[in-house]
Amino acid sequence: MAANPQDDLINVEVDGKAVKARKGAMIIHVTDQHGAYVPRFCYHDKLPVAANCRMCLVEVEKAPKPLPACATPVAEGMKIFTKSKAAIGAQKATMEFLLINHPLDCPICDQGGECELQDLALGFGRDIARFNERKRVVKDKNLGPLVSTDMTRCIHCTRCVRFGQDVAGIPELGTTGRGENMEIGTWIERSVDHELSGNIIDLCPVGALNSKPFRFQGRSWEMTQAPLVAPHDGFGSNIFGHVLRGALKRVVPRPNESINETWIADRDRFSYEGLHAEDRLLKPMLRVDGQWREASWDEALQAAARGLKAAGENLGTLVHPSCTAEEAHLAARVTRSLGSANVDHRLRMRDFRDAAADPLRPTLGLPTAEVDALTGVLIVGGNLRAEIPLLAHRLRKAAVRGKARVAFIEADPIPYHFPVAARVSAAPAGWVHELAAIVKAAAELTGNSPGPLFVDLLHGVVVGDSHRAAAAALCHGTQRVVWLGAMALRHPASVDLRALAAELARIAGARLGLLAEGGNAAGLWLAGCVPHRQTGGRSATIIGHSVQAMLEHPQRAYLLVGAMEPEADFADAALAERALGQAACVVALTPFASESIKRVAHVLLPMAAFAETSGSYVNLEGSWQSQAAATAAPGEARPGWKILRVLANVLGLEGFSQQSSDDVRSELQQLIAAAEGARVSETLVSSHVPPIAAVSASADLDLGALDVPMYSIDAVLRRSPALQQTRIALRARTAGGQG
Amino acid sequence: MSSSANEGVPTSDGQRFVPGEGPNVHLLSEHTRHEIDGWISRFPAGRQRSATLSALRFVQEQNQGFLTSELMDAVAEYLRLPSIQVYEVATFYSMFETHECGRHHVSVCTNISCWLNGAEDILAHCERKLGIKVGESTPDKRIFLKKEEECLAACTGAPMMMVDHEFHEYLTPEKVDKILDGLP
Repeated sequence: MAANPQDDLINVEVDGKAVKARKGAMIIHVTDQHGAYVPRFCYHDKLPVAANCRMCLVEVEKAPKPLPACATPVAEGMKIFTKSKAAIGAQKATMEFLLINHPLDCPICDQGGECELQDLALGFGRDIARFNERKRVVKDKNLGPLVSTDMTRCIHCTRCVRFGQDVAGIPELGTTGRGENMEIGTWIERSVDHELSGNIIDLCPVGALNSKPFRFQGRSWEMTQAPLVAPHDGFGSNIFGHVLRGALKRVVPRPNESINETWIADRDRFSYEGLHAEDRLLKPMLRVDGQWREASWDEALQAAARGLKAAGENLGTLVHPSCTAEEAHLAARVTRSLGSANVDHRLRMRDFRDAAADPLRPTLGLPTAEVDALTGVLIVGGNLRAEIPLLAHRLRKAAVRGKARVAFIEADPIPYHFPVAARVSAAPAGWVHELAAIVKAAAELTGNSPGPLFVDLLHGVVVGDSHRAAAAALCHGTQRVVWLGAMALRHPASVDLRALAAELARIAGARLGLLAEGGNAAGLWLAGCVPHRQTGGRSATIIGHSVQAMLEHPQRAYLLVGAMEPEADFADAALAERALGQAACVVALTPFASESIKRVAHVLLPMAAFAETSGSYVNLEGSWQSQAAATAAPGEARPGWKILRVLANVLGLEGFSQQSSDDVRSELQQLIAAAEGARVSETLVSSHVPPIAAVSASADLDLGALDVPMYSIDAVLRRSPALQQTRIALRARTAGGQG
Repeated sequence: MSSSANEGVPTSDGQRFVPGEGPNVHLLSEHTRHEIDGWISRFPAGRQRSATLSALRFVQEQNQGFLTSELMDAVAEYLRLPSIQVYEVATFYSMFETHECGRHHVSVCTNISCWLNGAEDILAHCERKLGIKVGESTPDKRIFLKKEEECLAACTGAPMMMVDHEFHEYLTPEKVDKILDGLP
């Protein structure tokens, strides 16, 4: 261990300027830090060094030949020249070689305009080619529905290969053949199936790997770029939306080192296709005498207001967990102003006991960036790769580089591409039992006795080897966390699981994370979109119905905010369809007019989808991220906050005069700040003790489908054709068909 | 199953490597597995990827001269590697054939020394005698006229050819006839 970071610094010279550099750093790090640009193709900050493109050759004093900057460590007194005649000569010569086989098809190449080869050819290429022989041609590969290939353009930088090996954890692409015959591919025809594989599109410095859905859809310089936040999970990945003539044409990552680094999940990259679905709702619609007809906004809002007002306290408001905080805030306020306390967003949850102990919001338990440094992790009932793909990526980094020990309680073994320290396999009905056994094992291991409330409960629990292994994994090192995944939170005994997990975290000195689904679950809790909390996390004086209770005790009217389909977005589809079906009035603010929503709704108000509205998302680490709309919503669709504000005006409610989503956000944030000191705890403080029956391994629980396939979790994803054709989606459909 | 499959193969660092299972592993013969195990044991635990090259050699021998995707998958499964990493090795080295071909691989050197000593006639003789072109196999899958070999460092004996892994030097058409006719 270095005692003093100063000891690790050495003196080098970059283009005549004396600088300090870390011992062992590669030249390209040092030159990048000091603004001396060195051209490169194969080098990438996030990938291991390959040094096979040779574009970054620089001159080093006393070295007999140019050296690759990406693979040459600096040494004391080294004099580096990035712009000398020898360096530029070497770089130009490399460029000439790279262009020998590269086709001149820039005019029809999707990479044109954002191509690293094109850019560097401008700076380092000759204006004529001296190579008059035949260029090589490489057959294109079919890598599946997401990534298009033009392999003749490939310059063999192997970034895509290294991505598979070192980031995804499973090499799907490789280099076959050699010399002139070397090709990048899978050798036998197969698709790239990893849930992060779309990132190879960005990594590819040329036009060899591109987005298949975006193929020939637009030129990069014609599009405008809007910063957005990915709405499909609580990770809060930063993305850019690229808009051409008012249409969202593609999504690419927006680097943010503390959240998504430079990656995004395929789900975030390709879901935009769902916005162009055929059943987009373009005009307000009314159902009159069983017949749907288009209506003006005015007429539709009047009808909605009549229906909602008539319900009074018998109004149930359901907000989709990927709605913005602004939408959630207004939806909750409208509902409470109408005299109802029934507002909720936890559509797929089944267990609402011990609500008073609910923490302020679901959380990762730690800042996202600290996941890399975890040492002991237990994940209860969560398929992390499907639920929050980039969290699984960060955890993989911790497990592979930091040697974190990771244990799981899971129904089916999920393939993780990192060493798993312990797997406790059990059907979901047995999870409470298994977790109790791990609590007991952790107590034995650490010597910390279980709390008095748990003594009786744990008395009869038998601890097995797998439980001891899981407890040992969790107690490894000092940075420990217990995560309850989405399946655990959807579990009919999730409150029992939660209480045991909290006890385990206390015993093991670990933090507790509740990985709620939806892009903005944390924001919705803060906005008071739950029946027992007001804005900012104060306990509500009048406690309304949870989503489950709202459906079990049918309400007179429902207000649905966000894309919601009764058959797909609720824990119990039949119950949802029945409850919504009997209501006197169902007002749905939705981007999509699916057949199922048309069966139950009476008023459909066209609402903007995720990239079409300004608004804020709060991710699971608690960061607020606001965005402006990338594009206008199609037809007469309007942002959700505007619809709710005008609806409130039509309803004659007080205090709805916001002019922008910024106004709504400041109002919400003021309320949250005002609740400081009066709000519930940020961490779980529960005195709930699971009933002894719950820990018997054969606990009789009614288990619906706890697992929701990763490309089916929301209405936008269900409408994304490319994602639906992936092997992940196909496999889920086959499995569903059998079950 | 090889006898070592259960407790694993001892590795050079005194640990053990337990070969993987998979739908294709049964394609590996007892003998092949034994040989692969021998190579696994020469490397430290976790470095079994180093045995890929040798494993493919035995598998190709077992399969009478060429590799199939299933056999490469079998090696990947047995060595617990992603299959693409086995394909990479198999396609890189010229000693592996990834398409069906004859069981005896014949390659005639046509590099400078052999060429000056009549290699072209030797090659033409082979093609005429077998009725196939370079890169083709005889219909009975006995002989595969693999390629025009570059220098194999036997210039003193030019012209030469390699049959399977054996060098034959000072070739004449008669000598070639004898060698080729003698292949089972």
